[in-house]
Amino acid sequence: MNDILQSFIGLGSSNPMIKMGIDVVIILVKIAIVVAIALLHVAYATYFERKVMARMQVRIGPTEVGPIGLFQPFADGIKLFFKEDIIPANADKPIFYLSPVIFFAAALTSLAVLPFFKGFVIADINVGLLFLFAMSSIGAYGIVMSGWSSDSKFAFLGGLRSASQVISYEIAMGLSLVGVMIMAGSLNLSDIVTAQHRYPTGMFVIPQFLGFFVFIIAALAETNRLPFDLPEAESELVAGYFTEYSGFRFAMFFLGEYTGMLIMSSIVSLCFLGGWTIPRFVTDILPFLSYVPGIIWFLMKVYAVMFFYYWVRSTFPRYRYDQLMSIGWKLLIPLALFNIVITGIAKAFAKGLL
Amino acid sequence: MLPKLFFGYYAVVITFLSVLIITRKNPVHSVMWMLLLFFHIAGLYLFLNAEFIAAIQVIVYAGAILVLFLFVVLLLNLREELQVKRFVGSWPAGLIIAAGMLAIVVNVIKSFTAAPRGIYSIEYIKNATHTKALGQVLYTEYLFPFEIASLILLVAIIGAIVLAKRKLRS
Amino acid sequence: MVPLNWYLTLGAVVFMIGVFGFLTRRNIIIMFMSVELMLNGVNISLISLSHFLQDLRGQILVFFIITVAAAEAAIGLAIIIALFRNKSTIHVDEMSEMKG
Repeated sequence: MNDILQSFIGLGSSNPMIKMGIDVVIILVKIAIVVAIALLHVAYATYFERKVMARMQVRIGPTEVGPIGLFQPFADGIKLFFKEDIIPANADKPIFYLSPVIFFAAALTSLAVLPFFKGFVIADINVGLLFLFAMSSIGAYGIVMSGWSSDSKFAFLGGLRSASQVISYEIAMGLSLVGVMIMAGSLNLSDIVTAQHRYPTGMFVIPQFLGFFVFIIAALAETNRLPFDLPEAESELVAGYFTEYSGFRFAMFFLGEYTGMLIMSSIVSLCFLGGWTIPRFVTDILPFLSYVPGIIWFLMKVYAVMFFYYWVRSTFPRYRYDQLMSIGWKLLIPLALFNIVITGIAKAFAKGLL
Repeated sequence: MLPKLFFGYYAVVITFLSVLIITRKNPVHSVMWMLLLFFHIAGLYLFLNAEFIAAIQVIVYAGAILVLFLFVVLLLNLREELQVKRFVGSWPAGLIIAAGMLAIVVNVIKSFTAAPRGIYSIEYIKNATHTKALGQVLYTEYLFPFEIASLILLVAIIGAIVLAKRKLRS
Repeated sequence: MVPLNWYLTLGAVVFMIGVFGFLTRRNIIIMFMSVELMLNGVNISLISLSHFLQDLRGQILVFFIITVAAAEAAIGLAIIIALFRNKSTIHVDEMSEMKG
């Protein structure tokens, strides 16, 4: 991808400075494309969620703005832009300003290491998976600091709840992906997808079903979604950590949360569902499917996981806080550890199978 | 030239942030500056081809240890602590001690002579990927220390629970 | 190429700022953060030495330092919480009496 662009723009120039400049420009263009498309998807994820939830609750959802309500996300965005920006009198102002930015920036930065289709990734780094963990733990700062700096009991409680929840479930999330790392033998997300394509079942979800189960649940908790949305439980804490935020700062939290969901769905799709590839036994039976571009498979998998998010949201009631903690520590972490042991043993003794 | 410029940026920012951390009155602000500091140190590690350590730096230091600090700062309501004077009265003595030690160390660094180089050249690490190279050393040569480290963590978990737990009334 | 001495000096500077903070602040949380600062100064030196001597053992040491720092932070903060519960202060000069 880079070479093609390089030869297209560079016109065979050999000056190293010009070459570096062109590299920088290519990266900037890639970032612009990825961020624009991701934010568009995030906007429509809210629309998709409202439609799905409405259908599950026997309603029809947004219909007024544009054909079948398709312009609803833009209307919401414009409304949020023109709202009054209120700052609590006792707020710690710099941190109050900064925390939505941290939250949103951490979510957006994670996009940098996700390969959307073969060869298209902003930063093809060797520790891609660790980078994603790092960014998801940085997102917790935005939440905790917003809760603390708003000087409100509801926000503070939401922030504290969220901090302990995110820290606890991060362990389960990290451990659940260790099985995938062992099987793929790499932390690079593109390598993980390629390893899955070489694997007979084509997806790691079949041998790694335990890891998949743990990851999906931990991902729900990491993004503060139902049934683990205690930090923002509306019936207890008004809106949790962003109670005091309004206007555009609120919109940043909102966008950050949905970007986080998109990223979690992408990780599921890349690490467990084969990313942009489809299993070989499928293409053996139906060869014409191999002509479908990889990005389509990737997006289909991402949206399937997103749909699962909404499905869970409209199905399950919220857990109590102690139940949330005991699920995390007493069920998910031991399961993930067990999965690591099993995968390690299988990798050591059955080299041909894995 | 470019590497030196990069290093200069990191060195200035890291020093400045370290000073900010120890001079803030409000521990929450210290924690925020420390978060930024850890990112810069991770950047420095990337610059030294230690990508795995850089990732660990952000995940463990910024993602776990610092969140723990933040959590404790938030749990203890420190409104009245902010009125106390920032430094102890004898802070010039501390400054002299630290500056003296720094002078000694910097002078010692000058006479540093490099030992013979090891086998893990930059090309080797690039070929094997840093994570793999590090893992191979860790799980062969340093397997026993690794086990001890896990024991330390276990002791820390138990100790933290025992210390922080309230006595149950029964 | 940046010389090794620069890295070592940076590590020493960060370490000494940590020492200064530890000696002069009496807020126990800031003191703990100074200790973390000192550990980070050492880590910078170790990583740069490992890079320049092409030996991964320095980085293994950093790995262990980070592990121990995590353990230390967990225990230390638990002690701080226990102290705060009894004395309702985190100012170390007010914790000078030995009787429980």
